[in-house]
Amino acid sequence: MILSMLARRPVPAVAGLAVALALPWLIYPPVAMDIACWALFAAAVDLLLGFTGLLSFGHAAFWGGAAYTAGLIALHTGLPFPAAVLGGALLAALLAVPIGYLSVRLRGIYFAMVTLAFAQMVYFVANQWRDVTGGENGLQGIPRELFGLDLSDPFYFYYAGLPFVLAGFFVAWRIVRSPFGRVLVSIRDNPARARALGYPVDRYKLLAFVLSAALSGVAGGLFAISHGFASLQEVYWTTSGQVVMMVVLGGIGTLWGGALGAALIVELNDRLATAGFEETGIITGAIFMLVVLVFRRGIWGTVRHLLASRAGASRAAAPEPSDNKPANSDTLSDARA
Amino acid sequence: MDGPVLRARGLVKEFRGFRAVDGVDLDVAEGSVHALVGPNGAGKTTLFNLLTGFLRPSAGSVRLEGRELAGLSPERIARLGVARSFQITSLFAELTPRQHVELALAGRTGLGWRFWKSDRALGRFSGRADELLERVGLADHAHVPAASLAYGRKRALELALALALDPKVLLLDEPTAGMGVEDVDRTVDLVRRVRDGRTVVLVEHNMNVVASLADRVTVLQHGRVLAEGPYAEIRRDPRVVAAYLGDSDAAR
Repeated sequence: MILSMLARRPVPAVAGLAVALALPWLIYPPVAMDIACWALFAAAVDLLLGFTGLLSFGHAAFWGGAAYTAGLIALHTGLPFPAAVLGGALLAALLAVPIGYLSVRLRGIYFAMVTLAFAQMVYFVANQWRDVTGGENGLQGIPRELFGLDLSDPFYFYYAGLPFVLAGFFVAWRIVRSPFGRVLVSIRDNPARARALGYPVDRYKLLAFVLSAALSGVAGGLFAISHGFASLQEVYWTTSGQVVMMVVLGGIGTLWGGALGAALIVELNDRLATAGFEETGIITGAIFMLVVLVFRRGIWGTVRHLLASRAGASRAAAPEPSDNKPANSDTLSDARA
Repeated sequence: MDGPVLRARGLVKEFRGFRAVDGVDLDVAEGSVHALVGPNGAGKTTLFNLLTGFLRPSAGSVRLEGRELAGLSPERIARLGVARSFQITSLFAELTPRQHVELALAGRTGLGWRFWKSDRALGRFSGRADELLERVGLADHAHVPAASLAYGRKRALELALALALDPKVLLLDEPTAGMGVEDVDRTVDLVRRVRDGRTVVLVEHNMNVVASLADRVTVLQHGRVLAEGPYAEIRRDPRVVAAYLGDSDAAR
């Protein structure tokens, strides 16, 4: 399975894998785990934003819902942490069915607002249902059980958790490069045309929404296990906003770009917090504005565009017996971006 | 041929009190080419959208071989055998013509749901896709992004997409809109070739195209049927002449 990904995109896949494996040697291991979780979360959101054309502003419901669920499973059943993470993902997917059903038929800002409203309802429930969620105290002391192995060292836990993130990335990549992914892109670009071809657009969007929620759930569940607690912050609307920001920073519709956005923001927040700087939002906000204004394709999107136009330029240099003027297609792709 | 394959009765579409389509009856005979003509704003495109489910009629019925279509979704109607092209070229910018046609061919199978499979699975339609592209003269342009195709070729791809659905009824919304003379002739030829075993409804402004293709013509004005009959009859109908003159010349 993974082999097919390596075969199709060998250089980025190997490079990404190498960075993922080396990360806890390079930076503080708990921060590395945070980056991995947020990176998967961002990829899940990009599945909707970049490949389906849906801007969800309520994905905290799935990340946070899974964080609480994974925490509860680990606390009360003593099952190994992978079962807790998968349980969290399952809950996120189930939660996404009614929320998606009621929201995917809405367009643009209305979709964003309705998903935000549902996420606020989840936040309300998490805050009020103190017996289960611990209210403002959150869930504390979540164990990291794995067949009696000692995973208390974050360095080792990183390698225990990484397979989930990699598997999640593989699933996201598989979805994007599947017949289903092709239909999603066509829906993003032209929903009326997709319907005229016989595709039930709303049902496709619903499945994309549920898959995205499930992957967000894997990320959120792992995050809770890694920290040993789940708090209201996980279901708060700023979490939904932060993940969208990571996707935009990295590049919408690039899938891997979100990982760069996650690395940038998580690492920056950590450094600023260590330095005693409280108002991290000012810095991340400024970077965000800079990227949106200057590099509208995001970090990864800009790099990819530069590589593509270099390749395009060398192709254009060779004489081509075709009536498709490269200059013309360039302006078209600029207009679309 | 006996009995209309597509039949509309008392079709009405109201937009906030304005009746864009106002009690239209339409019988499209099986195997025929039926043209809808009329001045701008006569309700042709609205009627098209009613027949294909993109708009829900305020009143009236549309039947395909006796089966009620009014109220069904566009994707449902497409699957039942009514395919349409769009007046304003409507494609997927990043996909190539071949990918477009593969997607259209895959629409009737469940392949589109397989999120766990490689998109190479769509390659099983590539043979048929190439045939269709060949048929509309796009074989040499199968691998460039649709956004970079010349206008006439985009229109040809529209037609290939509609054909890929292998519809009983093919609805073409101004297939020659904005084309040069050469492309118009090619498109007329194309429609003539694909009409075999099919029913075609087309909205068309170019009267030469209507004259050379249509078996029957329905003239719309102000959302109503003004006249209906073979082209030779219609063009002499004083009401039709008045409607067209009134629309284009009186304004000057």
